[in-house]
Amino acid sequence: MGPRSVGPQWGFRMGNVFVWLNDQLLRMQWLSDLTALLVRGGFGLDPASQIGGSVHFFIYDVIKIFILLSVLIFSISYVQSYFPPERTRRILGERQGLGANIIAALLGTITPFCSCSSIPLFIGFTSAGLPLAVTFSFLISSPLVDLASVILLASIFNWSIALAYVAIGLVLAVLGGTLIGYLKLENQVAAFVYQSPVSDHDNDGVISRRERMTYAADQVIEIVHRVWIYILIGVGIGAAIHNWIPETFISAVLGQDKWWSVLVATLVGVPMYADIFGTLPIAEALVQKGVGLGTALTFMMAVTALSLPSMIMLKRVVKLPLLAVFIGIVTVGIILIGYVFNATAHLFV
Amino acid sequence: MIIKILGSGCKKCVALMDNAKAAIHATAIDAQIEKITDIVDIASYGIMSTPGLVIDEKVVSSGRVLSASEIETLLTGP
Repeated sequence: MGPRSVGPQWGFRMGNVFVWLNDQLLRMQWLSDLTALLVRGGFGLDPASQIGGSVHFFIYDVIKIFILLSVLIFSISYVQSYFPPERTRRILGERQGLGANIIAALLGTITPFCSCSSIPLFIGFTSAGLPLAVTFSFLISSPLVDLASVILLASIFNWSIALAYVAIGLVLAVLGGTLIGYLKLENQVAAFVYQSPVSDHDNDGVISRRERMTYAADQVIEIVHRVWIYILIGVGIGAAIHNWIPETFISAVLGQDKWWSVLVATLVGVPMYADIFGTLPIAEALVQKGVGLGTALTFMMAVTALSLPSMIMLKRVVKLPLLAVFIGIVTVGIILIGYVFNATAHLFV
Repeated sequence: MIIKILGSGCKKCVALMDNAKAAIHATAIDAQIEKITDIVDIASYGIMSTPGLVIDEKVVSSGRVLSASEIETLLTGP
């Protein structure tokens, strides 16, 4: 072999290395193989059969999600410890216009957040004088797009779907917030919110590296403790869809050629409350059964972005018209995203 | 002296509560501890992350579990 062939071959090898790393670390091919061995040797089931396939899907997905989740939450929480809400609020307070909305949507992806803290954040942002447009960009992006879910999406589907999901989630957050800003609904916020004091406690300076590590480890324990049941239920439903619900039934209700599939996914998903990690395995199984990618993503977004418990909480700080506008904008946005993804799915798969 | 623990009942709020109790015990200060669990009441103190610690209506910490000795310093002054 001549020296000329070194260049392209090296490139080819690097490409292979990336594919291998992606398959083994992210998609965990080794785990799938091991689980297949266990299902065959341990339970005496054929992984290709109906029961064997369900057992394989369940064990493999549960272990995979818990491993990825723990590693991801640890690293992301470490980064997040540099962005407490007080700092986010300061950064946002220094900006104006569309730029502020874009930064709000981006910060929404890295600020520690669960739906239970949406009220303190809303009050904290609003009482400090941030415009509603910026606050809502943040509130939409925060549960919808977070780094852990992006990497899980890449693991379950692929990188182009994961990146498209982030991009479109951020666009929805920026546009939704901007629209709410144009509607001038400041008078639709409960009066006490504007009178709340602004406390600017920032522990940023006093946190040592060791404390950040402890914080990250605590976050892993806390989040796993909070979401494990959703993951088990989600993977259970996924396994059931995967092997027991007839494909003809699923495609009759949610098939790509059915114009109403996105609407059904939204109607089912909006009132539901589950963590994104629990909805991913359901979306995975649906797509494998021939449901459109857009329909599956709409379902995931509907479950995570809007839920009955968070609506009830928000109702305490905003009046009904603003709440309705918020729900309306997010719902319409999610539906549009579903149709766009269904129409362009061939670009991603 | 009135000490308030702000938090909707998460594990960290319980930990902060325990540390506060230990600090009161160690400093022998006459203080009462109250738990504030309603999310709107918590937010009316202006904090955005729990658990929060309030001493005589003044927010001294949020988003962090202070150790018993840190709370002792807050109670007795530096």
